[in-house]
Amino acid sequence: MNDRLIFQIPYLEKGKQILPTVPNEISSIEINIPDNLKRKKAPELPQISEPQLIRHYNKLSKKNFGVDTGFYPLGSCTMKYNPKINEEISRLENFVNIHPYQDEEDIQGALQLMYELDVLLCEITGMDKFTLQPSAGAHGELTGLFIIDAYHREKGNKRKNIIIPDSAHGTNPASVTMAGYNAVAVDSDENGKVDLKKLNELLDKETAGLMLTNPNTLGFFDENILKISKMVHDVGGLVYYDGANLNAIMTISKPRDMGFDIVHLNLHKTFSTPHGGGGPGSGPIGVTKELSKFLLIPTVELNNKGRYYLNYDKKDSIGKVKAFYGNFNVLIKAYSYILSLGAKGLKRASQLAVLNANYLKKHLSKYYHIPYPEICMHEFVISAIWQKEKGIRALDIAKRLMDFGFHPPTIYFPLIINEAIMIEPTETENKETLDMFIKAMIQIAKESDKNPEILKSAPHKTQIKRLDEAKAARDLILKYEYK
Amino acid sequence: MDYTPHSNKEIKEMLSFLGIKFLKDLYNNIPDKIKQKKELKLPEPLSEIELLGRLKFISKKNISTDNRISFLGAGNYDHFIPSVVNYIISKPEFYTAYTPYQSELSQGILQSMFEYQTMMCELTGMDISNISLYDGATSVAEAANMAISINKKKKILISETIHPEYRQVLKTYMKPRKIEVFEIPMKEGITDKGQIKENLIDESSCLIIPQPNFFGNLEPIDEIFPILSGSNTLAIACVNPLSLALLKPPADFGADIVVGDGQILGNPQSFGGPSFGFLTCKKKYLRKTPGRIVGQTVDSAGNIGYVLTLQTREQHIRREKATSNICSNQSLNVLAACVYLSYVGRDGLYEIAELCYRNAHYLFQKLVAIKGINPTFNSKFFNEFVVYIDLDSTELKKILSKKGILGPICLEEWYPSLKKRYLFAVTEKRTKDEMDLLIDTLNKALKVK
Repeated sequence: MNDRLIFQIPYLEKGKQILPTVPNEISSIEINIPDNLKRKKAPELPQISEPQLIRHYNKLSKKNFGVDTGFYPLGSCTMKYNPKINEEISRLENFVNIHPYQDEEDIQGALQLMYELDVLLCEITGMDKFTLQPSAGAHGELTGLFIIDAYHREKGNKRKNIIIPDSAHGTNPASVTMAGYNAVAVDSDENGKVDLKKLNELLDKETAGLMLTNPNTLGFFDENILKISKMVHDVGGLVYYDGANLNAIMTISKPRDMGFDIVHLNLHKTFSTPHGGGGPGSGPIGVTKELSKFLLIPTVELNNKGRYYLNYDKKDSIGKVKAFYGNFNVLIKAYSYILSLGAKGLKRASQLAVLNANYLKKHLSKYYHIPYPEICMHEFVISAIWQKEKGIRALDIAKRLMDFGFHPPTIYFPLIINEAIMIEPTETENKETLDMFIKAMIQIAKESDKNPEILKSAPHKTQIKRLDEAKAARDLILKYEYK
Repeated sequence: MDYTPHSNKEIKEMLSFLGIKFLKDLYNNIPDKIKQKKELKLPEPLSEIELLGRLKFISKKNISTDNRISFLGAGNYDHFIPSVVNYIISKPEFYTAYTPYQSELSQGILQSMFEYQTMMCELTGMDISNISLYDGATSVAEAANMAISINKKKKILISETIHPEYRQVLKTYMKPRKIEVFEIPMKEGITDKGQIKENLIDESSCLIIPQPNFFGNLEPIDEIFPILSGSNTLAIACVNPLSLALLKPPADFGADIVVGDGQILGNPQSFGGPSFGFLTCKKKYLRKTPGRIVGQTVDSAGNIGYVLTLQTREQHIRREKATSNICSNQSLNVLAACVYLSYVGRDGLYEIAELCYRNAHYLFQKLVAIKGINPTFNSKFFNEFVVYIDLDSTELKKILSKKGILGPICLEEWYPSLKKRYLFAVTEKRTKDEMDLLIDTLNKALKVK
């Protein structure tokens, strides 16, 4: 049941009226563009009525699944509920219609919000100063690595390597390459944590730093973190915190206290701003006092007269990673979220995220292989190797879950687990939902014995059936071809 | 106020199922030494009533451009946004979804992005499009990275006429890898093409030219890009997508990659973010492109559907060998652009571009007729222009703000030689009355002088 593309809806003869009628003095002005530069053939854009347009996108929205549709336990993505009040606030006229180059006097509210968000994030992480400029987690990583580069250059040697656990997000090594470093993988030990012996072998004078997610992508808090950060510091390296999993430990433990020098946060994960179908996000970077001189320009500061201002006067700054100041609209929602919850609410959110994960994990342990059975943090990884013996893959289980009305978990990540299924329920799901999910997972485990075909051909209840990804990569149809 | 649905009874049941007494026992694994002992110093939790009140109060310390007459531009613009845009992007199935990895549940986003790719290819004349980068500035940096990975050369040529913040971002991105960013100087407000010398081209990976440029001027891109022919140096154009309704697509001049900022297409100013960056290019560079790409395929029943494709370029598969580190991008802003372009349509986009052009030229002609205001450059422009005004910026701001007028932007800070030169942006939203008020105000102010 496929819908036609917007280009296949019959075009109106003439465009609808969009603009006001303008006085003759303006409409008579000739468009005087040099012939060589002038467009001769209009781009083929759709030309349809408003009701048709709305129906088109309404149909499309019905073929999409969001947190507001149902349970979305996508590991590592923290798909928690996105509070509606924060959406409303972010649309306040005086937040939406402000220009980045207005006078500081005219944007005191925006600057205040950014300044205060910085202070709140410092308190939550223990860092001394944040920049809110990066647009996403990976953008924050890149910024953090640029700071590591600047720090070592100042000391006279950029150094060569950044160490990353083999369980890390793919963005970590990709960011490392973009910052001109070599990504060196350190193996995980038998408990899924950094292997200290292996780490020790890798550390030397060319180690610029180490990037670590804690809790890690397997869902475990690395209790050796103080040892790890000391080992890196001892060879002169810096320790970088990938904040993708902060949702487990808000108010419980601060990254700074674990020895981290640079921290990125994902406001679109931990602080409830919506993922928007893949963005916009926001990936602020927090650093220690020692590193704050390298932060992006401008920073937002408060002077002794109670006025907020943009500070460009930072000679050691690494510069800028995007135009203007950051994804401001996203910052508003994160700020509102923190003010709604307060310290108590943040603690409860973390605790219940961890409770939900452990409740699911223990229930599923009878039916699925659990590589690491101990108490986890906010997420955990199961493996479909028992099912694989019967020809069922993690992918089949994921697709079958759609038939029960759930969005599948993350699959095939982390790479160190065979047939990985990574589940993160978040704190905003109730026990009833978790119980229904458990029931579905148990039924799927049973189906893999008795009726494997139903899994291999899943999903059955979605509007579109299993899609052929190999064909897409082979045919490479990447746009509509006008006849 | 928090959003957790658990009753105390449920929490107890769940804990006892786990064989644990208290919630805090879930954290026994965290060493005491790094456990937070005191409660964090955060404000007391607010109810929805209090929160809305507080944030409204803060927001009112900003002055909305809607309550003023704005001529501010320079990469962020006050264009009209049809109400259908917010209606569609507020649909929860769109805005509360994640990246469409699970295609069977993400056909809405995927098909929209496929439609967007088509529209951007139409606008720019290129073969393929990705589904967004963070903004215009990072799209320039990513395009430069792409060029470097294609021809392995370690120098980038960029015109001095591109947005100063874009150049700054490019330098920040390139410095750690010791890639030289060489700025081609300008001459009378456009790129001095005489400075694009053969030896420079030979050692450079790419040449990046804005169109229109930071001053609004039209670059002679038809003369500049052909200079590169015969070399393997990539031609990269950074364009204003609205101007492409009037201007020949960069593909016609031999562009290899076309990038730019998409805020203009249905996204509010929002203090400069979020917007999105677009990137289109020749098909032969497909495997070098950063970011996500949607492809068409079929499902097991033979129905047409859409998936993320060529993911082997991306960080989650290729890790340190990926074409870029980008993961989260700006999808919802792209959806806004998609709805915007579908709504205004082929004729509408042309009419909007035309009115921006006409408004800007009306204002320009009236302003330069005033004694004390002179044109700065001789070039043709689109909807931004630079004039000399015989007033210093503080004085000018004071005079205009009394009349509720915002802008123009003083260029001296970025280009020290451009003293008392001011950049005006004029969109389709500005009326003749509003422009006449500006003209009248400056006329009076300069007469007194």
